Amino acid sequence: MRYIPNTKQDCQAMLQTIGAGSVDELFADVPGPLRLRRALKIPPALAEAELVKRLRALAARNADADRYNSFLGAGCYDHFSPAIIGHLVSRGEFLTAYTPYQPEISQGTLQAGFEYQTLVCQLTGMEVSNASMYEGASATAEAILMAHRITGRTEVVVGRAVHPEYRQVARTYAAQVGLVFREIPFTEAGVTDRDAVTRALGSQTACLVVQYPNFFGGVEELVPLAEAAHAVGALLVVCVAEPIALGLLKSPGECGADLVTGEGQGLGTGMNYGGPALGFLATREQHVRHLPGRLVGQTVDRDGRPGYVLTLATREQHIRREKATSNICTAESLIALMATIYLVSMGPQGLRAVALQNLRKAAYAKGRLGKVPGCGIRFGGPTFNEFVVRVAKKPAAILKHLLKHDIIGGVDLGRFYPDLADCLLLCVTEQKTREEIDALIQALGGVR
Amino acid sequence: MYPAELRYSKEHEWVKVEGTRGRIGLTHHAQSALGDVVFVEVPKVGRAVKQMEAFGVVESVKAVSDVYSPVSGAVVEVNVGLETAPELVNKDCYGAGWLVVVEMASPKELDALMDATAYQAFLASEGH
Repeated sequence: MRYIPNTKQDCQAMLQTIGAGSVDELFADVPGPLRLRRALKIPPALAEAELVKRLRALAARNADADRYNSFLGAGCYDHFSPAIIGHLVSRGEFLTAYTPYQPEISQGTLQAGFEYQTLVCQLTGMEVSNASMYEGASATAEAILMAHRITGRTEVVVGRAVHPEYRQVARTYAAQVGLVFREIPFTEAGVTDRDAVTRALGSQTACLVVQYPNFFGGVEELVPLAEAAHAVGALLVVCVAEPIALGLLKSPGECGADLVTGEGQGLGTGMNYGGPALGFLATREQHVRHLPGRLVGQTVDRDGRPGYVLTLATREQHIRREKATSNICTAESLIALMATIYLVSMGPQGLRAVALQNLRKAAYAKGRLGKVPGCGIRFGGPTFNEFVVRVAKKPAAILKHLLKHDIIGGVDLGRFYPDLADCLLLCVTEQKTREEIDALIQALGGVR
Repeated sequence: MYPAELRYSKEHEWVKVEGTRGRIGLTHHAQSALGDVVFVEVPKVGRAVKQMEAFGVVESVKAVSDVYSPVSGAVVEVNVGLETAPELVNKDCYGAGWLVVVEMASPKELDALMDATAYQAFLASEGH
C-alpha cells in the first residue's frame, strides 16, 4: 500500500469518472447546516526543514530513557532493541502490508505471523497462539472472557499482585458479561496468598488469574496454583507482563497453565512512551475454537506446496457476529514481527543471557538499596528484575529529588495500593550499567 | 436419499423415533449443500431443547450453519465420534453421522414435521 496524497489532477480525473463537478457536489447529500463552510483553523503548512525543527523541539520536552537514568518497569520495560529489528521492519513489504485476507498475495505476512505464533508457544509452553492482541491488559481481559466461555462459570479469582491496570481493564470487559471478581491479597513474601486462593476457589470459578513474575517482581509458584484451580474445575490464567523473564523461568505451560497471556513489548520492541504494545494469548489445542483474534494456519496449496492462511474464521465477528469470540478484528502484526525478529536473533541462549543480566543487575541494586539509610526491601521472596523498596520519606518527594539528578526512580506504589503508600517499585534491566545503579544509590543517600 | 421412516424439518434435519426418544441428524440435501464438514458443535448431555430452536453448529469448508432441533425435550446422547470424524455427516448422514438423541417432551410435535414425500416436494419448491 502506498501512502501518497492525491494531486489536483488525480482528484479531477476521479471526479470526472464519478460524474461530479466538484468535491462539494460529491458530498451534496450531507445536509447544509452540517457542512463546514470555512477553511480549517490550522496554521499554514511548514517547509520540511521548519517542520523537523518544530517536532524536534516538541520531542525534546519528553524525558526518555536515553537522556534519563530510568528505573521504570510496571508493565513497560526498557530492553535493548538490536538494530536488525528496525532495519527489517522498515522494509515496505512489512511496514505497509495490510491484513492478509487474501492469502495469495500475503504469504510473507502470513508466514511471519505463523512464526510469531510458534515462538509464543515455545516461550509459554502452550500448544496454540493467536496472531497477537493489542496489549497485555486487554489480552488478559480476553483470556478471562475465554475462560468464562469454556467453563460456563461466572467467578474470577484474581491476585492483587496482578498489574492494577490489567485488573481494571478486565473488570471493564467483564462488566458486560456479569462476571464477579474475588481479589486475593499478597503475602509478606510478595506473592499471592495460596490459602486465600483455596478459600476463594469454588464450583462457580471460571479461572484463577496470576501474573508471572507479578507486579512486584515476585515469582509465583504456578504448580500448586494450577492444582488448586483444576481441583475445582477452574482454569489457570497466567499473565506475563515481562516476557524476558520466560528466558529463565519455567514456562507457564509446563507448570499447568491453561491460558497464557500478556505483554510482548519487552521483546525488543521499545517502550514507545507506552504504546503501541503487543498482547499475546496462547492456550491448549482443545480450546482453540474459543480463542479470540486472528489465527494463522499452515496448509498446502492445490499443488501440495506449503502455504499459510488466516483460519478458523468462524470465531470472528465478520463471519458470525453474535457468536464471535470477541470484537477484535486486527492484530499488532508489525510489533509482533519486531518481537519475532528479536527472538530469532537472540535465540534461546541469547534470551537466557539477557534474562540473567536482568536478574543479576537487579540483585546488585536490591542489595545496595537495602543498605541505604531510610530504605528497605519490602518483600522477602525472590524477584526477577523488579522489586519493591519501602522508604522513610514520602515517595513523591524522593522521586522529585531523583529527577533533579536526571534519575527516574520508579513508580510510587501509593498510586495503586493504599497499603503500599510508603513504597517505590523499581526495575533494573540489562540496559542499566553499574555506574547508573551506583548513581541511584548515591542520589538516594542525599535525599533531605 | 430420504428414508421413508424418518420425519423432516424445514431446516433440513431428520428425526428417527426410537420409543420415547428421537435421534436427530442432517438430511442428504443439507450435507450436500454444506460441502465437506470440518467441525460439529453439539450441546452437552442434559441440555434442554425446543422445537426449531438452534442447539448446535455445523461448520464446513465454505459455510457455517446453525442446527435446529425438530423436537422439544432433553439431550440424552451426543455423537462424540464427530469430534474426530466430522466427515461422517457427509458420508453417512442417516447412520453414523447422527448428531444427538433427545428424550421427547411431546411426541405430538412430530405431526408438524414432514414425511419423506412432503420433504422432497418442499425441496423441489425451493428450487433444489
